[in-house]
Amino acid sequence: MADSRAQAAPGTELDTFPRLLMNHARVRPARPAMREKEYGIWQTYSWAQVAENVRAIACGLAELGFKRGDRLAVIGDNRPRLYWSVAACQCLGGIPVMLYQDAVAQEMAYVLQDAEIRFAVVEDQEQVDKMLEIRDEVPFLEHVIYDDERGMRHYTQTFIKGLDEVQEMGRIHDRNQSDFLDGEIAKGAGDDISVMLYTSGTTGKPKGVCQTHTAFISAARGGTEFDRLTDREDILSYLPMAWVGDHLFSFAQAMVAGFTINCPESGETVMTDLREIGPTYYFAPPRVFENLLTQVMIRMEDASWIKRTIFHKYLEVARRCGADILDGKPVSAGDRLQYWLGGLLVYGPLKNVLGMSRIRVAYTAGAAIGPDLFKFYRSIGVNLKQLYGQTETCAYVCLQPDGQIKLDSVGVPAPYVEVKLADNGEILVKGPMLLKAYYKRPDATAESLNAEGYFMTGDAGFFDEDGHLLIIDRAKDVGKLNDESMFAPNFIENKIKFFQFIKEAVVFGNQRDFVTAFINIDLEAVGNWAERKGMAYSGYTDLAGQDAVYELIRDCIEKVNADLASDARMSGSQIKRFLILHKELDADDGELTRTRKVRRNFIADRYAVLVDALYGGKPSCYIETQVKYEDGREGKISADLRIEDVKTFAPQAAKQAA
Amino acid sequence: MMTNDMAVADAGQQATGRRIGGVILDLQKISLSFGGVKALTDISFDVREHEIRAIIGPNGAGKSSMLNVINGVYHPQQGDIVFHGETRHEMDPHKAAKQGIARTFQNIALFKGMSVLDNIMTGRNLKMKTNLLQHALFWGAAQREEIEHRKKVEEVIDFLEIQSIRKTPVGRLPYGLQKRVELGRALAAEPSMLLLDEPMAGMNVEEKQDMSRFILDVNDQFGTTIVLIEHDMGVVMDISDRVVVLDYGKKIGDGTPEEVMANPDVIAAYLGTSH
Repeated sequence: MADSRAQAAPGTELDTFPRLLMNHARVRPARPAMREKEYGIWQTYSWAQVAENVRAIACGLAELGFKRGDRLAVIGDNRPRLYWSVAACQCLGGIPVMLYQDAVAQEMAYVLQDAEIRFAVVEDQEQVDKMLEIRDEVPFLEHVIYDDERGMRHYTQTFIKGLDEVQEMGRIHDRNQSDFLDGEIAKGAGDDISVMLYTSGTTGKPKGVCQTHTAFISAARGGTEFDRLTDREDILSYLPMAWVGDHLFSFAQAMVAGFTINCPESGETVMTDLREIGPTYYFAPPRVFENLLTQVMIRMEDASWIKRTIFHKYLEVARRCGADILDGKPVSAGDRLQYWLGGLLVYGPLKNVLGMSRIRVAYTAGAAIGPDLFKFYRSIGVNLKQLYGQTETCAYVCLQPDGQIKLDSVGVPAPYVEVKLADNGEILVKGPMLLKAYYKRPDATAESLNAEGYFMTGDAGFFDEDGHLLIIDRAKDVGKLNDESMFAPNFIENKIKFFQFIKEAVVFGNQRDFVTAFINIDLEAVGNWAERKGMAYSGYTDLAGQDAVYELIRDCIEKVNADLASDARMSGSQIKRFLILHKELDADDGELTRTRKVRRNFIADRYAVLVDALYGGKPSCYIETQVKYEDGREGKISADLRIEDVKTFAPQAAKQAA
Repeated sequence: MMTNDMAVADAGQQATGRRIGGVILDLQKISLSFGGVKALTDISFDVREHEIRAIIGPNGAGKSSMLNVINGVYHPQQGDIVFHGETRHEMDPHKAAKQGIARTFQNIALFKGMSVLDNIMTGRNLKMKTNLLQHALFWGAAQREEIEHRKKVEEVIDFLEIQSIRKTPVGRLPYGLQKRVELGRALAAEPSMLLLDEPMAGMNVEEKQDMSRFILDVNDQFGTTIVLIEHDMGVVMDISDRVVVLDYGKKIGDGTPEEVMANPDVIAAYLGTSH
């Protein structure tokens, strides 16, 4: 950043995103800013083109009556024009509000009401239809602007417009009053709110987190300095725009460092697009890494035995020394030679298939990552690291420095960030990246910041001897079993979920005598396993209820128990009983958040019968559940669920079993 | 422009963009027999431009034979076929394709080992001007032409939302998607008339809905005239403009879905009747 800062005219600090954008258009006009795959071909937009398009959208919005401080809803997949709309809104001093594009209309209504949205830029007909469906409930909404024209020919409502039309209006406006937009950009200040991100609402209604330009720019700048990112990085933008991580990586950091963001063709083509782009900088939540690994493992099981043997032999080599080589630690010459061979035969081709050949830095966050999963990627030479942060801190609190990777920590406090622990172990954070306020919720704002201005994260953790932060669980979730031993549900669930056959787990135990679990099997992995064993099944519910599957899952949980038994603090939390749920937990049924975290209390209420059965010692339990399909219709699934006991280990016996 | 015009907006969605034009295909007193078996007897009906015309009937009623007559595979012993005002003689499928008639088959007829992209590319066959030698060298005109056709194919892929399987061999795809690819190949020929032989056979409800949407979109966006055979009465009644009903090679009903549903002969053919 130092070079571009030096070239800025005196008095115009690069302290807002519009200024950063216009600066890139001056400093590196021809460098690719964005790519999008369209009709099978990657189309590139340079910084100059992006700036021109953003100008046009901004002026078009102004022509439609968009005013400083207005909120602009942005709904859709990661499309360049939607990112431009975000930037255009900021140029006018407005506040973009991104919504999760897969939310049903009713869920969107709440945010549109809360943020008093007058303007919405949406991706396609599907989203336009949602806006039409709820327009009676959102009285402020005046303009709906769509990006993709497909299917939109017969919509004659005058408040619905194509983005092309708006841009055209904007271009005329810009020609007539060429100093208008520059004036608007000049009016902006670093302390203005640059974006509003709605928290996913693990508890209660979503809240709009207001972040300033300064907050996101410092978070982005800190991150780029920390990992020495340059304007040559390539990143694939495929995670929801409404999520803070995407806004930090695909928007803020790209604007600060000037690197290229790449938008996949569609949600289903991400894997192919990843391979074609070969990003140098990559972010994915743990489940994506997990899915990738599961797919690789499934495919390897179908491979010929020669390939399988080579694959497993060199994975063993990688497990032994791969991570150490990546961290620059001393490794014997023999191992280095083997690892080099493995690189030729296995890791290289594997990374190529995964689209990870060029990765310099990869991050994961959002949930804890299974240690074996984490080790796997590092051992084949992918510099995967963890970070820690939340929407309120621009997803920026702790980062793992290169070469000092610990599996169970989230790294050290990032540049400009101060982290300390409260007496109850809660993590407190301070720095320029803190939220300005929750929108229209001074009570919530006051609650989340303590008297000294620290943000209370709600997470419990501690620092190890090297100053790395370890997160155990949500502070409020950490409970106690009846025998007073600690119960950290997330911690246990993450251990269970690491097994490829298990997709989700929900454990119970607070103020109970022992720990129990609900399990969701991974349909793809277990289905493949069942196929190889020649088992017939008709669908998820049928497969989940089969004896052999119960046995398979019980083995996994026994391994978790053995692992828990080896840790003195956790040995009391071994799982005594479990059942496999008859349906997959789903965000549409409210069981998961849109970021796919389990809503434990909601699930405990909804399946209270099952929880009672787990603790009541019954061998099975009948359940009938309402489910909501993607098109909004409702249906019922019922099943007779079996409950099984699992072997537990005495703390000292654990070492042998493990 | 800046007023809140939500309130006046409702009527908009009703407006329809396609206009059903005049008769483009007129079948007059068609009779077709194979030896002693009379497949079609004295059947007359017409197809108008831009409409969705369904042919329904019980098994063995002669629906596919009818489609094959239109397509030029079968040659009726009696009767005239007037296409775009001209009486057709000695039709064959190749000529039919050149006149802008494309079709899909009851049993999928794709190249199983070839990718989706290549399969759809074969739909462009008739539009290719360069010869085999030029293609072998892949230089100059052949290259330009290939790029041009590929562009068109990509539009079809985008239209049918099958980007993610672009490079997948067709044989590896589930049935519903193969049907969609077959439709894609027919569309790649940019037909003015599309013959669909049971496009929804063997599909689940969701796949049927998708397919219905694509058929309506094709008709709406490209103005393609569509003649389809379908067993699923719900689908037929939902999407077609006019329906012709065959039974034992004879026409027993013709009209809008409502008219056909009310026709006692049709009810008898489908539900049986007491004699």
